[in-house]
Amino acid sequence: MTAAVLTGPDRLDHPRGGSFAALLRHSGALAKRSLIKTTRTPEALIDVTIQPVIFLLMFTYLFGGAIAGVGGRQGYLQLLLPGMLAQSLAMGSIALGQNLNADIEKGVFDRFRSLPVSRSAPLVGAVLADIVRYFTVCAVTLGVGSIMGFRIETGASETVAAVALAIGFGLCFGWVSVWVGMLVRTPGAVQGVMFLLVFPLSFGSDVFVPADTLPGWLQAFVHVNPITHLVGAERGLLIGGPVAHHLIITLGWMAGLLVVFVPLALRAYNKRA
Amino acid sequence: MPALTRTLPLSTRELDDDGMRGARIVDDLVVRAEGLRKRFGNTQALDGVDLAMRRGTVLGVLGPNGAGKTTAVRVLATLLRPDEGTAFVAGIDVLREPQKVRRRIGLTGQYASVDEDLTGTQNLVLIGQLLDLTTRDARKRAVELLAWFDLTEAAGRPAKTYSGGMRRRLDLAASLVGHPEVIFLDEPTTGLDPAKREDMWGVVRNQVAQGSSVLLTTQYLEEADALADEIVVINHGKVIAQDTPDGLKRRVGGQTLRVRPADPGRLPDVLRILDAVAAPGMNAAPDGSAGSRPGAASVPVTGDLALDEVVPALRHAGIAVNELGLHLPSLDEVFHTLTGDHDDTIDKRSEALV
Repeated sequence: MTAAVLTGPDRLDHPRGGSFAALLRHSGALAKRSLIKTTRTPEALIDVTIQPVIFLLMFTYLFGGAIAGVGGRQGYLQLLLPGMLAQSLAMGSIALGQNLNADIEKGVFDRFRSLPVSRSAPLVGAVLADIVRYFTVCAVTLGVGSIMGFRIETGASETVAAVALAIGFGLCFGWVSVWVGMLVRTPGAVQGVMFLLVFPLSFGSDVFVPADTLPGWLQAFVHVNPITHLVGAERGLLIGGPVAHHLIITLGWMAGLLVVFVPLALRAYNKRA
Repeated sequence: MPALTRTLPLSTRELDDDGMRGARIVDDLVVRAEGLRKRFGNTQALDGVDLAMRRGTVLGVLGPNGAGKTTAVRVLATLLRPDEGTAFVAGIDVLREPQKVRRRIGLTGQYASVDEDLTGTQNLVLIGQLLDLTTRDARKRAVELLAWFDLTEAAGRPAKTYSGGMRRRLDLAASLVGHPEVIFLDEPTTGLDPAKREDMWGVVRNQVAQGSSVLLTTQYLEEADALADEIVVINHGKVIAQDTPDGLKRRVGGQTLRVRPADPGRLPDVLRILDAVAAPGMNAAPDGSAGSRPGAASVPVTGDLALDEVVPALRHAGIAVNELGLHLPSLDEVFHTLTGDHDDTIDKRSEALV
């Protein structure tokens, strides 16, 4: 055992390198913790690997013919895939809230909260770790899509931008999941509540069908739905077409999600634990 | 586990005859809480709790489930804001400067809060990094603590493969990463078998010997007696007694030495031997109370030295025994006695009001 206990002025009272650097460092350490947990339970990645593939196969081969006509299946895949990307991101964010909910129940967060780290560090760390999951969604969707015949019709820089936008959106949308994870009692309930949110958003968009086939009231919803605009931007970046309009609205939504849900999540977290 | 050298409690109880009492005590208190109140819905978890712990000592917070022990620890460890009251830990206001407090405390909660998916090393390194150690120092500290807690072999395995006792040790190690001045242990031995419990006691004594101060909650009178320099008894969110272990035992009846001779016919001889070590004013008596098996004799004694006299005397008299042991009053008995007193005072107060 080592030196005696440090008392009084010998002890540092402020984090190394200022509080923002400390938040980044602590969040990074906690993100690494989440990633280690992921590698221990690879089945936790099903929702960002197998599930997007199933949806892609199902909508292309099962419903694609009925929606776009038998000859239009390939063209349908071109439109569907950027949409699937958005849906899978939204679905992939659900696990974040579930995991955080489980952590709080187990008392792991009590330890973190008794340490001199920013209160938000455990949440920020968990959100950052999800970058890996969102990247997996993009890689799997684009990879399997290309085997099925999807062709990127733009350049490499647009593709990188498309992936970056997808991950960025996932990071912002994830805070909704964090908030729900802090509010409800069990991980199962997190999933239930998040499905109620994610399904209307992903299906009430033009991911699967053109908006002009819908009744007027539903079109109105589709036009404000952030998923519609994310998909619009992703389509522009991957298969060509106008990007700016959808991109600006998507970025606006992302900022809005952060402004609203980060404080809500932090408040719920402080109340909860 | 480290060698469990019995560290005598640092007895500072007899100090302060020099007229400097006030100044000395304030300087010396490493935990000081006054008037803590906390309500959850309809439950008044803390109803005006005062606590004081001197530097370098162990304070035992004793009470049944739901008494408010955990709530009190969570307030002192900055996890919970009280509705009312003040608390200072290591001389720092818990409510005003919680981050400063967090640099000086270690907390081990009631349920082992180690991360099951992380290995022993990863758990401790993470805590070190969150305490602003460099990664290299965090690793060094992890290796040191794992060795000290006899977990070196299991260091690379996920904590979910650990036994209950190993998890507790890892949990305790995690709370020591930052060389805390004050260690909070919330029921550190609940659910452990007796041997593991004594290992844990050794760890606590060792920490105190190195200069830490330990506040521990427990449901076991035996544990508080073994470790604490002072005991605070809490019930229904209120402190109902505060005393040294000996003082508390005096109030609730102290220890009993019980002997059951193999041959019931030797009971009169046993009674004579036990009488010789009886606490002042007490006598040995055959066990007759309801529920106890006849054929044994008990005597209230003042300390465990009585055993040193009784055992040779029994051997000398050629009495074989089936049972011989010291018994502390149970927590139930403590509460019965203390809450009895407590109710009396309430009654007196209400009479006075009438």
